[in-house]
Amino acid sequence: MSFTETKSLLKIAKQGKRVFDVLKIRDDFPILHRTVNGKPLVYLDNAATTQKPKAVIDSITNYYTYENANIHRGLHFLSEVATEAFEGARLIVKEFINAMSASEIVFVKGATEAINLIANTMCRSDIFKSGDEIIISQMEHHANIVPWQINFQKKNIKLKVIPITDEGELDLDAYRNLFTERTKLVSIVHTSNSLGTVNPIKEIIEIAHKEGVQVLVDGSQAVPHRKVDVQDLDCDYFVFSGHKLFGPTGIGVLYGKTKYLEKLPPYQGGGDMIRTVSFEKSTFDDIPHKFEAGTPNIEGGIALGVAINYLNEFNFGDITSHEQSLLDYATSELLKINGLRIIGTSPNKASVISFVIDGIHPYDIGTIIDTDGIALRTGHHCTQPIMQRYNLPATARASFAFYNTLEEVDKLIAGLNKVIKMFS
Amino acid sequence: MTIQEAHSSIVEDFENLGDWEEKYKYIIELGRSLPAFPEDYRTAKNKIEGCQSQVWMNSKFEKGKVFFEADSDAMIVKGLIAILLKVYSGFTPDEILSTPPEFMKKIGIDNHLSLTRKNGLGAMLKQIKMYAVAFKALADRQHS
Repeated sequence: MSFTETKSLLKIAKQGKRVFDVLKIRDDFPILHRTVNGKPLVYLDNAATTQKPKAVIDSITNYYTYENANIHRGLHFLSEVATEAFEGARLIVKEFINAMSASEIVFVKGATEAINLIANTMCRSDIFKSGDEIIISQMEHHANIVPWQINFQKKNIKLKVIPITDEGELDLDAYRNLFTERTKLVSIVHTSNSLGTVNPIKEIIEIAHKEGVQVLVDGSQAVPHRKVDVQDLDCDYFVFSGHKLFGPTGIGVLYGKTKYLEKLPPYQGGGDMIRTVSFEKSTFDDIPHKFEAGTPNIEGGIALGVAINYLNEFNFGDITSHEQSLLDYATSELLKINGLRIIGTSPNKASVISFVIDGIHPYDIGTIIDTDGIALRTGHHCTQPIMQRYNLPATARASFAFYNTLEEVDKLIAGLNKVIKMFS
Repeated sequence: MTIQEAHSSIVEDFENLGDWEEKYKYIIELGRSLPAFPEDYRTAKNKIEGCQSQVWMNSKFEKGKVFFEADSDAMIVKGLIAILLKVYSGFTPDEILSTPPEFMKKIGIDNHLSLTRKNGLGAMLKQIKMYAVAFKALADRQHS
């Protein structure tokens, strides 16, 4: 491959936007042209992870072929180049979510690590005292439940849970009533990975702030589907994973307001996060580096920047409205299937549809439909409390990205009808 | 039928089937024909945690042989259980322990249905071996 300067891939695009043409978009994603079990791949598991455009894949090879060096350390040419590329990616993320400054963007492994970082550092600081409470919801991913439980073992801190309605929406009246003088944090999902519900996140944040409580937003399922502006939301922390945003695995983002990040202690100790080290005492670097001990996932950060820049080629509104038509069409076609029930029927949804079919286990649906090259997710989607809420062992889930087509919805429906025939 | 014959017989059954759709149809058929699982055995102790489907298994030791009964809430898993029971239920602990599940590779199950935590069958296979070990120890104690 020919050499491309990574920094040129990470310039914030100022040119006009691309016309939204789904077939042209599919050409940017090599994997969408492969076959599975002899059939063209129909990839409907985007809430688990998204596919990667060629630009992202190439940027990783390009980086290792021409620009690899450790960052923030060397004075030599390549170290400068790699540092500039990695920090350029941070700037792209900052612009993407409209953070106030690039130092508010901490690179982590993914949303899971971001929440673990906050849970761990808050619990080690004096922010949480024995008897304090945090509020989460019944629709959280396990990544927004278990880190709190693990870190709360040291201090007697309680989790309070916002219940969800039959439609799969948060019960906001119940939410308001959960606040006490001991409430220290609300940690809440923006868009549910198993129900698809888009929560009224701005209102949720306003309510918490009126009570003087900070809010962490898990935006993993939000950023691939709609424009997010952290200053407009006024959230205190915002986390997401790169691989759900057409970037690679092993890279993600923790955004935090400067005033809060500065007060938190470091997460892990090691190189790149210190100012001075002696055997008596070490002092730490400023944010965000204070939270980035060790050599980071350099190519991951760069490739995430490239993924965001790829998305920047489009008007985000075009992406959202294409996905809305996929959601609307798939919903109406699915409901024509006898005995099929959609779990999560809020009018405010991202393009994620969980469903069950009478008499057929989701495992059976997923296994048979896979023979037609259709990738669905089945199971509890790492949201066991939701399954308990609806008294289901599992659901099948179709989740769409902006490269999916209405024809693929038709293939899904045909595949499901075949499944039903096999089990009838 | 020896345990080796039971293994060969299931491999032959699958060799006569065409594509995966036909194989799945056969697996579903086997699942449907699995004897009803006694409700008394549907206990927490007998439950094998799978990531996606639930599996229950009970075992008995009679006249030197181990007998298994099992069930799942997913039909394809039930079919796979039926296969496992054909090749492991009704044999002595020694026979069970000396016969690895090579038939899975031969019929291609391990490629198409990762027998991992997804369907609980990997755990079930482990459990079958553990019961065989336990019953063998019991039999050895009774003989000594």
